[in-house]
Amino acid sequence: MTGTPEPTPVELMTIAGSRLLRDGRVIFAGVGAPLEASVLAKRLHAPSLTIVLEGGSIGPRMLPGRLPVSTNEMRAAHDAFMLTSINDLFLYGQRGHYDYGFIGAGQLDQYGNVNTSYIGDPDSPKVRLPGSGGANDIVSSCREVMIMTRHEPRRFVERVDFITSPGYLSGPESRRAAGLVRNRPVSVITDLALLGFDEVTGRLRLDALQPGVTEADVHANTGFELLVSDTVAELAAPTEQELAELRWLRDGEQSDTATRREVTSAP
Amino acid sequence: MTTAADKRMSLADAATLVKDGDIVVAGGCCYSRTPWAMLLELLRAQLRDLTLGRNLMCYESELFLASGAASKLISSWVGIGLRWGIPKVFREYVERDASVYEEWSHLSFGLRLLAGSMGMPFLPTASLLGSDLLKRLPAQEMRCPFTDELLVAVPALVPDVALIHVHTVDAEGNAQIEGPVYMDVEMARAAETVIVTAEEVVPGEAIVRRNDHTQIPGFVVDAVVEVPFGSYPHECHGRYEADFAHFDAYAEQVSADGVAGVEAYLAEVVERPGSFGAFLDTVGASALMEQRRLARELVSA
Repeated sequence: MTGTPEPTPVELMTIAGSRLLRDGRVIFAGVGAPLEASVLAKRLHAPSLTIVLEGGSIGPRMLPGRLPVSTNEMRAAHDAFMLTSINDLFLYGQRGHYDYGFIGAGQLDQYGNVNTSYIGDPDSPKVRLPGSGGANDIVSSCREVMIMTRHEPRRFVERVDFITSPGYLSGPESRRAAGLVRNRPVSVITDLALLGFDEVTGRLRLDALQPGVTEADVHANTGFELLVSDTVAELAAPTEQELAELRWLRDGEQSDTATRREVTSAP
Repeated sequence: MTTAADKRMSLADAATLVKDGDIVVAGGCCYSRTPWAMLLELLRAQLRDLTLGRNLMCYESELFLASGAASKLISSWVGIGLRWGIPKVFREYVERDASVYEEWSHLSFGLRLLAGSMGMPFLPTASLLGSDLLKRLPAQEMRCPFTDELLVAVPALVPDVALIHVHTVDAEGNAQIEGPVYMDVEMARAAETVIVTAEEVVPGEAIVRRNDHTQIPGFVVDAVVEVPFGSYPHECHGRYEADFAHFDAYAEQVSADGVAGVEAYLAEVVERPGSFGAFLDTVGASALMEQRRLARELVSA
C-alpha cells in the first residue's frame, strides 16, 4: 500500500461492516460510520442495496464529499427513489420490509443492549447523551440488527446504565417475554473485532479479530466476560480499493484524484 | 385586517396566537425546514412556560430553555448534527434537572402525532418494548385484543400550536412542501392552532395547478406568514442549504461561554435586529445566495 495512509480505527470498522452487507437487501442506517459502510458496500459489492434514512429518504445516492451530517437533510435525500414522511419511513420497518438495521452505540453491554440516553442515574444523570432518535425503533423492527462502535472499556460495560435500544435484555427468554419477537440482534462490529451473539444465552461472542489484534487486546478493552468462538478468524485487511473508495466518499474531490479514477469504475 | 379566507399576517401577529403554558410543536427535522423565523418570534414575544416538542431537535432546544420560554422539551433526539454533537447548555439543563426533558423514540413520537391527527386517543406500536424509555414515559404496554401480542400504546399528542415552514402556500393556508415532509402533515392535522410560514405566498390558482402537491389543506391552518429564508440558518429543501459555518460559530461560542454564549446569540439574532428580516440583513444577500447555490447542487434537475 505504498502512498496510502494506514487505515484509522473508524475506517477498519466501517470497512468490516460494509463487507457484511449483502446485495439486494434493504438497510436502515444511521448517519456516520453505519451510513458510510452502507454506501461503501453499495459502491463495491452490493449495487442493489437499498439504503433508507430516518428523515424519509429511500434509496438515496450520496455525493462524495457531501455525506449527510444529519439523517434528514438535503444531502441525505440526494437522488433518492422516494421521499416520504418519517412515520411512513419507520412503518415500512415495522411491517417487516427492512432486512438490516445498522446503528451506533454510546454504551453497550454483554447482551447487546445499547444506551444512547443517560450515563449514570437517569433521574440525576452524570451525562446526557443525544438520545434514541430512531435507534429504538430500528432495533425493535429491522430483521437483523447490527451495531458499530469503537471498542473501548468505557463503552463495553457489564450492564448499561439505561436501555435505550434493547438487545437480548438478560437473555433470549427475557427478549421474548418483553414482546421483542419480530427480529434479532446479529452482530457488533468494532475497530478490534467482529462479535456475534450466542443463541442460547444471548451473550456477545468474539467471532473474528481485526488484522493484527490479539484476543488479549479485545478482552482488555471489554468490560465484561466475552464469550469466544471455537474458531476465531482474522478479518482480511482493508484493500487499497476499499480504503480509497471510502476516503473519496468522505472527502470528495479533496482526496487523491489518481486513486479516485481507479476506483470509479466499480459499480 | 384579515378575513376568514385571507389568513395572511405578520410574524408578530402570529405569535399572539400562542399563549404562555402552551404545548408547541415545531415542524421540519433537526436543522431541516425548521420554522426558525417563527421560533425566534416566540422568543421575541417573551412567552413563558411552553412545552416545546419536535421529533429531532437542534439547538432551538437550548435557546428555549436558557431564555426561559420553555420549561419542558419533548423529543427523541437532541443534537446540532453529527459534527457538533449535543448542545452543551441543553445537556447542562437535563443534568441539573432530568424532568425538563421527555425522551421518546422517533417513531413513537410520530405515532403520538399520527393518533392526534386521526382523532384517536392512542396507537399501538412494536417500538419501546423492553426498553428503559418505556419506564419513564406516559405510554403503556397492552395486549392486542385480537392476537394477544404484547405491544405499546402511545397516547395521542394534540398540540395547542403547530409551527410549520413550507415552500409555498396561498392566503387561505393551502400548503405545499417540496422534499421530505417529515412529520409536518401529522402535526398540522393534530394541532388546535396551526401557523404556517412560507418561502412564498402564491395565488390560489398556483396551488390548484399543482394540487397533487398540496399536503396541508387551508381549513386546518390559522395563520399564513410569508418569510423568505424563514428556516435560515437551517436548510429548506431545494431552496438553501444549512449554513454550517453559522453552526460552527454558534457551537464554538456556546462551548466557550455556556449560557452566556446562548444569551449573546439571542442578543445577536433576536434582540438587536428586532425582526427576522433585519436579522437576515445582518447575514447579507451574498451569503444567502451562496446557500441557495449549494442547495441547487443537491437537487436533481
